Amino acid sequence: MMRDLIIIIFTAMLVNNYVLVRFLGICPFLGVSKKLHSAVGMGLAVTFVMLLATAATWPIQTYLLTAFRLEYLQTIVFILIIAALVQLVEIILKRHIPALHRSLGIYLPLITTNCAVLGVAKNNISEGYATFIEAMANALGCGLGFLLAMVLFAGVRMRIETAKPPKCFEGMPITLISASIVALAFYGFAGVIDNMFL
Amino acid sequence: MWKNFLKGIIRENPVLVLLLGTCPTLAVTTSVSSAFGMGAAFTAVLLGSNIVIAALRKMIPGQVRIPCYIVIIAGFVTAVEMIMHAFAPDLYEALGVFLSLIVVNCIILGRAEVYASKNRILDSAVDALGMGVGFTLALLAMASIREVFGAGSFLGWEIPFLSKFAVPILVNSPGGFFVFGILIAIVNSITKRKTGRDFGCTGCPSAAVCGANDGSLQKAAQKDQAAGAGKDCDDTAQEGGK
Repeated sequence: MMRDLIIIIFTAMLVNNYVLVRFLGICPFLGVSKKLHSAVGMGLAVTFVMLLATAATWPIQTYLLTAFRLEYLQTIVFILIIAALVQLVEIILKRHIPALHRSLGIYLPLITTNCAVLGVAKNNISEGYATFIEAMANALGCGLGFLLAMVLFAGVRMRIETAKPPKCFEGMPITLISASIVALAFYGFAGVIDNMFL
Repeated sequence: MWKNFLKGIIRENPVLVLLLGTCPTLAVTTSVSSAFGMGAAFTAVLLGSNIVIAALRKMIPGQVRIPCYIVIIAGFVTAVEMIMHAFAPDLYEALGVFLSLIVVNCIILGRAEVYASKNRILDSAVDALGMGVGFTLALLAMASIREVFGAGSFLGWEIPFLSKFAVPILVNSPGGFFVFGILIAIVNSITKRKTGRDFGCTGCPSAAVCGANDGSLQKAAQKDQAAGAGKDCDDTAQEGGK
């Protein structure tokens, strides 16, 4: 059981990294990774919302949508639940835990309509995790993978700031090309997990 | 009207100039056929949602407009999903989760917020068609490069010489970032756009959705700065606030 969970977490984090392998959540990855501090904040907020979204959407899909054969409503229901949930959590944090709100709260509204969060909710269903715990483990792995990619890339971008690329490569193109090199590193993880836990 | 149509294809191309909707651009361009499928689905959703939102623009109350837009868009996405599942199951499998993720595509929400909520139905439809065609063309350009050089084929047909010397990494994830970076650099050098334009909340029309525009974000950032903790996040917030 424990071994299965660890495999799920590491697979989601390294082999199927949401940003660098599956291309989900590219906007925050490129937009907020300029400074290490904001990259960590964004990564933690995304992990938090992914766990929250899974905790809400998995039971709803299993006990409501599938049970009453309403699967076709999945997209509409999930996006509304996630949007409402994030707003609610933001209000609660602001009111009751201001310290946490200061460090994570700024990023919470930004990820309401993030494709990585909706992607996790939908992939949990389509990849067929049998239990709630497994789905939560997958969400945790995806969130940690996002955080890892953000932190690594923030480090890379600090170097780019001082570099001097050709004129037409300045800004976005050189950022994308360095993202490609970081993705190449993650590409090497494919196959690692299977051998690690044999 | 013709100008309105063309602006989405060239001057305001959503992918290559406005740098929006990067996730599907990188993910589905591994083959030309899936890029075309994505472009068609995207155009259908954008056309439908733009027409409906323009028709209802006087009825939707300003304060809850974003949830209304999201529900309308999600409805069209679900319809397109079901049609594709029924008539093009292979394409449906190939696009996977990205078909339903059209819901959170910032181009669609952006057009609803920036254009359809302020203009007549016909203008909004033309705008949607222009943007949709621009998105599809950008996807096709990128998919052609990746499929021809990465897999040595075009639309599944093998190209005699190239298939022997294909570079498989181009159809994998690192190649996606690489080809997209090169394409933007080419567009930059052709249009001689002022460089230094960066990726951030400024260009993202969802800034209105995510609350970056209502001032709360700005206030939070200022408070944060006063606390001396988050000096770095305020530039994002202020950009969004504009």
